[in-house]
Amino acid sequence: MPGVSDKLKIAIVGAGPGGLSSAARAAELGVSHVLLEQSPAHANTIQKYQKGKHVMAEPNVLPLRSPLDFQAGTREAILAEWERGLAKHSVNIRYGAEVVAISGQRPDFTLKLKNGEQLQAETVVFAIGMQGNPRRLGIPGEDLPCVQNTLDDPAEFTGETIVVVGAGDAAIENAVALAKQNTVYILNRSAEFARVKEGNLNLILKSIEEGKVGCFYNAACVSLTATPDGEKPYSLVLNTEQGEAVVPCNRIVARIGAIPPRKFVESCGIKFPSPDPAALPVLSERYESSVPGMYVIGALAGYPLIKQAMNQGYEVTETILGREVEPADEPLLAEKFSRLPYRKSVGQTLALMQQRIPLFTEVNALVFRELMLGSKVHTPAAGEAIFRKNDYTNSFYTIVDGSVEIELVAESGESRRIPLGTGQFFGEMSLLSGRRRSGTVYAGKDCVLIESPRRDILKLMNSDDSVRKVVDRLFIARAIQTGFAPGTPFAELEPVAARAELKRYRKGETLFAEGEEADRLLLIRSGSVSISRRVGEHEVVISYVAAGNYVGEMGLLGKTRRNATVRATVPTEVVSLDAEAFGELLQRNPGLRGEVESTMQKRFASNSRMQGSSESGDMISFLIKQGLGEATDLLLIDETLCVGCDNCETACAETHGGTSRLDRAAGPTFANVHVPTSCRHCEDPHCMRECPPDAIRRAPNGEVYIQDNCIGCGNCERNCPYGVIHMAYAPEPKPGLASWLLFGAGPGPGDVHAKGHVDGHAHGHAHDGKPKAPKKAVKCDMCKDQSGGPACVRACPTGAALRVSPEAFVEFISESAVER
Amino acid sequence: MHQSFLQYRGKRYLWIGLALCVVAVLAYGWHAPLSPPNGGTWLGYTLGTIGALLILWLTALGVRKRSYSSTLGTVQGWVSAHVYLGLALLIVATLHTGFQFGWNVHTLAYVLMVFVIGSGLFGVVMYLRFPEAMSSNRSGQTRAQMLQEIADLDQRALRIAANLPAPFAEAIGSNRDRTAVGGSALAILRATDASQVSLAGEDGVVRLQANPAQRAILDWLGRELARSTDAERTRRVDELVNLMAARRTLLRRIVQDARNVAWLQLWLYVHVPVTFALLGALVAHVVSVFLYW
Ligand SMILES: Cc1cc2nc3c(=O)[nH]c(=O)nc-3n(C[C@H](O)[C@H](O)[C@H](O)COP(=O)(O)OP(=O)(O)OC[C@H]3O[C@@H](n4cnc5c(N)ncnc54)[C@H](O)[C@@H]3O)c2cc1C
Ligand code: HEM
Ligand code: SF4
Ligand code: SF4
Repeated sequence: MPGVSDKLKIAIVGAGPGGLSSAARAAELGVSHVLLEQSPAHANTIQKYQKGKHVMAEPNVLPLRSPLDFQAGTREAILAEWERGLAKHSVNIRYGAEVVAISGQRPDFTLKLKNGEQLQAETVVFAIGMQGNPRRLGIPGEDLPCVQNTLDDPAEFTGETIVVVGAGDAAIENAVALAKQNTVYILNRSAEFARVKEGNLNLILKSIEEGKVGCFYNAACVSLTATPDGEKPYSLVLNTEQGEAVVPCNRIVARIGAIPPRKFVESCGIKFPSPDPAALPVLSERYESSVPGMYVIGALAGYPLIKQAMNQGYEVTETILGREVEPADEPLLAEKFSRLPYRKSVGQTLALMQQRIPLFTEVNALVFRELMLGSKVHTPAAGEAIFRKNDYTNSFYTIVDGSVEIELVAESGESRRIPLGTGQFFGEMSLLSGRRRSGTVYAGKDCVLIESPRRDILKLMNSDDSVRKVVDRLFIARAIQTGFAPGTPFAELEPVAARAELKRYRKGETLFAEGEEADRLLLIRSGSVSISRRVGEHEVVISYVAAGNYVGEMGLLGKTRRNATVRATVPTEVVSLDAEAFGELLQRNPGLRGEVESTMQKRFASNSRMQGSSESGDMISFLIKQGLGEATDLLLIDETLCVGCDNCETACAETHGGTSRLDRAAGPTFANVHVPTSCRHCEDPHCMRECPPDAIRRAPNGEVYIQDNCIGCGNCERNCPYGVIHMAYAPEPKPGLASWLLFGAGPGPGDVHAKGHVDGHAHGHAHDGKPKAPKKAVKCDMCKDQSGGPACVRACPTGAALRVSPEAFVEFISESAVER
Repeated sequence: MHQSFLQYRGKRYLWIGLALCVVAVLAYGWHAPLSPPNGGTWLGYTLGTIGALLILWLTALGVRKRSYSSTLGTVQGWVSAHVYLGLALLIVATLHTGFQFGWNVHTLAYVLMVFVIGSGLFGVVMYLRFPEAMSSNRSGQTRAQMLQEIADLDQRALRIAANLPAPFAEAIGSNRDRTAVGGSALAILRATDASQVSLAGEDGVVRLQANPAQRAILDWLGRELARSTDAERTRRVDELVNLMAARRTLLRRIVQDARNVAWLQLWLYVHVPVTFALLGALVAHVVSVFLYW
């Protein structure tokens, strides 16, 4: 082992799959190296997976390139295999070596460890992943062994006094689970549990009320000491509203989140393109960061899967040693490009594309390569429809060659075709708003298109400001064109578009308030808003407006004060047009005034109806709370018709491998309208975020569904605010369609799992140690693979179950407002 | 927005059913057979065939209901048609008999059919009456949630009782263990409450007594409350009273819920088995008719 003063060729920070593979390759080649790992074992992220988790080796098509082996299997088998690999190649790994600072440049880096030790290296590979370090208590005694940041199995502890610190979902779930057989206190820094899922909120409030969990509100930890002679081995001092409190305890579970690694990474000099938390560090095609000699790979570089991280580990070591490597994904790209009419190498094709498409010209080559990996290349026949108006798809298209025509149909039925040529792009409207396609696109002659998935484009926009700006500007211009000036050529709209502003609002934020001066019109680009008016003392919700529509038109047509308050029901983006810009549009399009006025009239009529009926307003408020504001499709049950036969659930289970994706009885009810626990098919689905293999997709009809390449990580289950996803084993074989008629004649074909929907929290462990098929995420797919539409609705004997779009529902409520 | 199976598609099947009845009645009136009207005339055969086919098709609802990926209409549409055409069957089949009844297998089939139709009609009435009552009684909770809440209440009460003299724990514990509602279908429909509880009497002897609607235990706790002189003890007993009162409310709702569910389902236990009996009788009827012919 090299002495402290020896300069190493490569220092690798973080022994996850990326770091392990990089170090193993260096060891294999006999290069001086060190692998620094903060935790006491290798691959901390994988160590923290659930016991027995089946780890998947997505993407399947990607070959593995690493001295270490990796195949789909249990967490334990994979960790053991890597451990063998470390020994076999004599990798110089140091555990408990947290790197706290890195300074310098190639070939003179100094790495500082937490214990004060310093190391010298010529190059540095950053492979610290995205998990970040758990936030620490920040009090004297925080290092005592009774403090833990994770909780694998709550059943492990009995009869202890445990303090759970934190007020998030994880803290609540842990506290409630531990309280079954321990005395548990939860420590909340503020006065309430904000920002947690509704289910968890109810859970914790109930547990506190029932005395199962003790709660300290507005409390902070002060110190922790070992008390070997006390009634409990430790004693935690708190600062509470009533003054200082001392809690004798056995254990402290700190669930106060993790510090994202970005700050540390930036402190080492690595640049990020934007302050957006989703931005990735700026990297060259060979993973080199803005600091020469410092490389970034794995999850931190934006590659969230194990195999990718391992391949990059291998490649980065090769690159550092000056050896030319063809990236492992080269054959995949070659295959993708094989249908192109050019005879060029992969590198040349990529360069050609970047050069032809102005949007991508400035994009860094690595990022572009990654984008292309996720993208598809299409060579449609002339006249073929790429997508159709009202499709729900949300991918993004760029034109490498040839041209396309966008067909826009005005409300009057008049249709126009707008040509787009090489280098231009389309599809950004649905991509950004989560709404249906606003027009049909037809391929021209010899047309070559790139179709990129939504997630990859959003990633690109987050990490490259220039791309974001171009897309945003075009979005505004096209939105104005479709919304207000269909006849006006695009170029003439540019000045108006330039005046428009893009604004973002948080959930619940006010766009404008009743009584304010009305000077601008707002075109909702994503999200949705609620409209409310003061009626006496109260504010009554009178309407809901979805993305793709505008609000605030009243002011611009002569009236001067806002007559209603508009709030964002979910995070919302709007294009804001001032009176002058709008005036210009009115001039260009004489028919516009009439259109806006008729919309206004319709709204007026419905608003005044709704105002008189506070019940309808309450209904809308209730549904907004249930996700109406972001839903594209809601399952509603009319409790005056539902006889409770659960045929809907049985039908769901029967058509989806035995597990029902809906829980009819659960969920809230208001005025006889019941919202069962079932997917809302959100416009901007929370579940899609942070899905490592990008397995969650949206189908043309709007269904949000999960593909087979799900790796079962459970992120989506956690991210869905409505608790509609759960993790389930693949279906088991089921009994045939026998003995179907007589009641009670054995378990009917649907009964086995019909009630097998999980209660929202499936922290299941692989029981009895038997290897089972891997658990994967399941959710409603709106029966997209069935003909005839959702089975739940088709199976309801009384007509109680209904799937509706929020707009249709709101319209219905406001139309029936008078009758109520 | 929601539309009940009776309103389905502008009551399309009501009109079809009515039309069927009208045609049958007109044909019956116009057709003046030589012999007294019966199943053996050509009209009798026609009506009989229609009736038998209708019965087979009405039975097929059970199959359609369980063919979850079937795209042959929706179950709602089927039920709508089932109800209206099932009612029309009564007319069709009655005319088919030519009002000739006797103690034979033919009339047996007819009677069974009337039973099935009657129970169906009863079911429709239940379907119209109970859902709303069931929903408001549940007030947003599922049955499992209510049961869980009762278990939670009991646990809290036991914890409090642990700090009171032994009879309290005995009372709360036995109340938990001996709560008995429901049971047989009759008990559910009548909302019988056969709960019991062990309470210490004036003489200190613990006796098991009936406790319908939690009355006994609440009375007992009330007495204890009145007698208590110690402030801490009063506070605890008062808390127990509150918990048990909440328990009573929940229990009442659960009993009511079971009753609602029973009314919604029980009739099917007549409707379906008698359907099978009817099918049997129908086969016998048809076979015997052809044998005697
Ligand atoms: C629950 C879950 C399930 C998953 N399932 C799968 C799956 O089935 N298949 C799959 O392909 N992917 C899966 N993933 C994703 C996969 O875990 C990651 O993509 C992968 O671990 C990324 O590897 P990495 O090397 O970039 O970083 P990590 O694996 O996160 O490794 C980073 C390492 O760096 C260490 N470290 C951090 N900071 C420092 C520091 N300052 N000094 C020293 N060391 C440091 C950490 O302790 C850690 O060991 C899953 C993720 C989760 C959360
Ligand atoms: C001879 C005539 C009839 C026969 C053979 C018949 C048969 C059946 C069968 C087999 C079922 C399926 C039960 C199940 O599987 O759950 C059913 C359900 C039903 N029937 Fe009938 N039926 C007849 C007449 C009627 C009539 C006249 C009515 C109403 C006026 C009626 C109302 C219903 C209703 C409401 C259901 C329940 C639907 C559901 O909840 O799924 N039936 N019937
Ligand atoms: S799973 Fe949840 S987040 Fe995803 S679309 Fe459905 S409701 Fe929305
Ligand atoms: S679908 Fe859900 S569980 Fe599956 S990989 Fe994506 S986020 Fe993870």
